[in-house]
Amino acid sequence: MGSSIAASAAQPAKFEFLVREEEHVANGTLLGFWLYLMSDCLIFAALFATYGVLSQSYAGGPTGADLFDLPLVALNTSFLLVSSITYGFAMLQMQQGKLSGTMLWLGITGILGVGFLGLEIYEFYHLIQLDAGPQTSGFLSAFFALVGTHGLHVVFGILWLVILLVQLRMYGLTGANRRRLFCLSMFWHFLDVVWIGVFTIVYLMGSMS
Amino acid sequence: MSEQNQHSLDHHKEEGPHSTFSGYMIGFIASVILTVIPFSLVMTDVFSSQNMTIVIILSLALVQIVVHMIYFLHMNFHSEGGWNMLSLIFTLLLVFITLAGSLWVMYHMNVNMMPGMMDN
Repeated sequence: MGSSIAASAAQPAKFEFLVREEEHVANGTLLGFWLYLMSDCLIFAALFATYGVLSQSYAGGPTGADLFDLPLVALNTSFLLVSSITYGFAMLQMQQGKLSGTMLWLGITGILGVGFLGLEIYEFYHLIQLDAGPQTSGFLSAFFALVGTHGLHVVFGILWLVILLVQLRMYGLTGANRRRLFCLSMFWHFLDVVWIGVFTIVYLMGSMS
Repeated sequence: MSEQNQHSLDHHKEEGPHSTFSGYMIGFIASVILTVIPFSLVMTDVFSSQNMTIVIILSLALVQIVVHMIYFLHMNFHSEGGWNMLSLIFTLLLVFITLAGSLWVMYHMNVNMMPGMMDN
């Protein structure tokens, strides 16, 4: 009895000091960026709520049915939708380690984003020319705040995309650049998700009013 | 010595989700269909009832958001140890409270505090 304890103490079993962990990624950037997007979601929730409350407050001014040009909105929507799939193609090229393909699809995504933005600026300019600017009624204030905030996000998305193209050109598909591509991909697709809410609630429901 | 402090690296996987061509195409085709239907419903006045049209386009928008979440944003229950999904669910709860609460409260304020109502 006593001798067996002495024998096992003489030959200790292999000790494991490290606590075994679940599989996880090396750092939390992508989760952190997702949390940022969720907080951005709350900004849009507040703007959508404001628009929902004020959407009938025309103050004798024009309604959505008078102002909105649905074919133009449909074209705008298709720009953003196609830019989502082209960003997807950029990610697929990145997975295969093809730098030029990644940059090409990223560039196409950026051009579609600029097209979207151009149409939106044209629309805003046109509305202001018609005396339907943000100061006309509660409805138009809420409209410009919501759609303008989305447009501002697209502006910063394009700015980020251009800077990322420069970084890709300088450093290639490094770990840091891949992480940035993932973050911008989430940002870009998130803006498309917000746009689904905008075209349904603002434009489609607005033009039925 | 360093063994005890060093965070073992073997359980680190490649960052970010793995995407496939077919995944993106399924998502894209589904979202094109889910965009074309509501636009054509509104632009051609298919239904005489406006409420019917509103219910249908809002449900299609919800379906399209789910499609984008799954196929473009790669949402699932296990990425980042489930924290992605947990934070999304929490955010959706807050979004629901913000939207439903604002619309409900402000609608009742409008209906019950109109100048005409004060005489009663």
